Amino acid sequence: MTLGVVVLVHTAFDRAEQAVRLWADAGCPVVIHVDRRVDAPTCQAFVKALSDLPDVKFVPRFRCEWGTWGLVAAAQAGATLLLDSYPAVRHVYLASGACLPLRPVAELCRYLEAHPGTDFIESATTADVSWTVGGLDMDRFLLRFPFSWRKQRRLFDRYVKLQQFLGVKRTIPAGITPHLGSQWWCLTRQTLVAILSDPQRPEYDRYFRRVWIPDESYFQTLARKHAHRIESRSLTVSKFDFQGKPHIFYDDHFELLARSGCFVVRKVWPQADLLYRSFPRSSGADRLPNTTTIDRVFDQALVRRTRGRHGLFMQSRFPVMDRENGFTATPYSVLQGFDAIIPDFQNWLRKHTGAEVHGHLFARERAHFSTGEAVFRGGLADHPKLRDYNPQMFLTNLIWGGREHDQCFLFGPQDAQDICWMLAKDTNARIMVVTGAWALALFRSGATAADCRTQAAHLQQVEQAFVQILRSPIARAYIRIVSLSDFVRAPCDMLQATVDEIAGHRASDVQVAPPMMDLEGFAGFLQDLKNQGMPPFLTGEFSVGPMPETPPFGKRKQYVRSDK
Amino acid sequence: MNVFALYSLRLQRQLLRARALRKRHELTAVADRTAQIRPDDILLFCTFRNEAIRLPYFMDYYRKLGINHFVMVDNGSTDGGADLVTGQSDVSLWRTDARYGDARYGMDWLMWLLGRYGHRHWALTVDVDEFLIYPFCDTRPIRALADWLDASEVRSFGAMQLDMYPKGAISQSPYFMGQDPFAVANWFDPGNYIMTRNDRMRNLWIQGGPRARVFFADQPRLAPALNKIPFVKWHRKYAYVSSTHMILPRGLNLVYDQGQGEKTSGLLLHAKFINLFQDRARQEAARGQHYRAGEQYRRYSDEQGGDPDLWCKWSEQYINWRQLEVLGLMSKGNWA
Repeated sequence: MTLGVVVLVHTAFDRAEQAVRLWADAGCPVVIHVDRRVDAPTCQAFVKALSDLPDVKFVPRFRCEWGTWGLVAAAQAGATLLLDSYPAVRHVYLASGACLPLRPVAELCRYLEAHPGTDFIESATTADVSWTVGGLDMDRFLLRFPFSWRKQRRLFDRYVKLQQFLGVKRTIPAGITPHLGSQWWCLTRQTLVAILSDPQRPEYDRYFRRVWIPDESYFQTLARKHAHRIESRSLTVSKFDFQGKPHIFYDDHFELLARSGCFVVRKVWPQADLLYRSFPRSSGADRLPNTTTIDRVFDQALVRRTRGRHGLFMQSRFPVMDRENGFTATPYSVLQGFDAIIPDFQNWLRKHTGAEVHGHLFARERAHFSTGEAVFRGGLADHPKLRDYNPQMFLTNLIWGGREHDQCFLFGPQDAQDICWMLAKDTNARIMVVTGAWALALFRSGATAADCRTQAAHLQQVEQAFVQILRSPIARAYIRIVSLSDFVRAPCDMLQATVDEIAGHRASDVQVAPPMMDLEGFAGFLQDLKNQGMPPFLTGEFSVGPMPETPPFGKRKQYVRSDK
Repeated sequence: MNVFALYSLRLQRQLLRARALRKRHELTAVADRTAQIRPDDILLFCTFRNEAIRLPYFMDYYRKLGINHFVMVDNGSTDGGADLVTGQSDVSLWRTDARYGDARYGMDWLMWLLGRYGHRHWALTVDVDEFLIYPFCDTRPIRALADWLDASEVRSFGAMQLDMYPKGAISQSPYFMGQDPFAVANWFDPGNYIMTRNDRMRNLWIQGGPRARVFFADQPRLAPALNKIPFVKWHRKYAYVSSTHMILPRGLNLVYDQGQGEKTSGLLLHAKFINLFQDRARQEAARGQHYRAGEQYRRYSDEQGGDPDLWCKWSEQYINWRQLEVLGLMSKGNWA
């Protein structure tokens, strides 16, 4: 056999033994390194358990803490012993005790024989990788790291900061360019001998001893110096999470692994009996490894852990509201004033946009859902106290639950106003306001100006406060505000803009404005309010007497054209 | 946070531990098999009172999940529930007739046992009507979860309580001993949970679900808390503050991401609303030994003549954990 294996073991010795036997039974000589931190009886038992295998050797033990030089030293010692003892070995595979061959070792050997002189080692320059943890990419080669990242994190961080502050930098030895990559490689004898017997090796070793995580850079860097043909990928599938810790494979990954056609996987949960029982299994002698599906599954996990599902507030995702860019899952629309001008506005809008149009969700008496029922999607209740107890979350729940729908709701100064700031700051909100429309509702109610003077003043105050919020510099919603008088002069313009905004290209053309409230006598009503000492400035100007001559429902003439 | 506030948290934790130490005298060992506990065993801690009907399925469920040893406190049961478990080889049982309410709803007793036997173990603290669901729980035992949490250097695992209820009046769905309660009560509210952050303890205070919707809509502040942290790599210095809702030191309460990501979380399916509940609500309301002197139980027994129908058109029928994950009630987070 021309493949030799170096196995680094520090835990789960029964599984490590199983893995070593798999390699050895296929005829590969195996050199094992046991972590110095493992207690003597455990180690001896392990050595004894493997004593029946002739081509299994052990090397002196180094302390192998995560990210320290010991791991490199162990690999060096293992490779040296392997190459010296077995002259027939042409490729050396570095594996761990938690590695499991997925395909018969013979298939791996055939693959290597088909690629003579090729080194399989993931190796990329620091500028071109995105997966370094903690932002230390080039710095790991330029600073000193005498403290343990795991056990002395505070010292570690401070010492890094200090060096960065002082601007001290180490010189990288001549002749090498720092490269990074997976610590599990498969190198040719030629390359490995060149690395191990490099005349500059003492200098390199001294340098890498103080590099951070040298096991991911020592061989990766030196292979670049010596190798003739590098295939920059690892033959071992191993995925890392956002903290740089390896993902673990379980029984339910069986299909995923079986279909990948990969040769070796790391790392397998020691109690994944199914995996240890089923692998290695042949997946066709000439099948090439393909990790696309595996990559996708674990990349999704990374996205979920770092970015999560937008607009979802739940027990393990609670973004600080002001910090997240948009609090809700999808865009939705808030319509203020329209329903006072256009009777049956809800149905009209539903017909023109196909959207789910709620009534006044934040009405004082209850939440008016689009279905008119007391409970809505997700189990949201219409009870005003329950809603006002946490109106923000009432809204995020509503939008999250109906994230496959376009949702709109009516709003107005008579509703509970606690939600205003959230609406204004939410990038998903589209807020269309016709100011002063409440005056029309008061007028239609038949009350005299004297009767509703106080109420009008209150509504105007509330609406003015909302408008000010919408005009604040931190408002990030899509906002459109027109006064009632501007609206009635050209209602189709505003309605078309609204419908377009909600339904996009699916919107229908608003040729004819829907029937609107009769404005006969409204101007007089406003004048009466003024006479009572309450000028309704939000409505815009309505002059007493007949309505102006311009056709009320036509389109305005365009003075500025962009399509000539 | 200033030094005084930090110190007050420390003081609170120590007082809770002292309480637990004092309350240990109320416990009498019935079957002490704790000598069997091996260093990396996963333990379950539980207090119960007259739960003979629920216990067989409860034990069965958690045994299948991979719990190695059950540490239980029998609070004066008279229905033979204790006899059901004493004989079982993986159970250690204590008995007390002291008042549940005086022992912080049983938490003092459990905290003493947690400190004594749960130190450096993964410990699951649940009620008899709570069933833990976590990502991949149908294919990976709880040992896999514990190992993964260890490898990720996470010490606590959050699982919100999810109230399960039957379709129709509760009395119409009788529950029999040994039966899967979620064969009877298999509906839940998918998306009406509200939460705020408790700045002092740093936990999330979650309310909502069918109980807030039906019983507490007019006084939402009183709606029961649903946030729970039941699975913890216990240390004898830790203290549960209010049931398993909060824990000190407060860093353990950060089972949620405050940025945009999702941490891994599970759910405690709550089999409270099954038939055996009606009598229970009346008994407990009279006994007044529960939180806020049984106020919750009084509401349950008043609502709809004591036989509420929690089901609504928007209720979801339970399928499996993946469904709950898609709905956004729990998350796989980084575990894949």
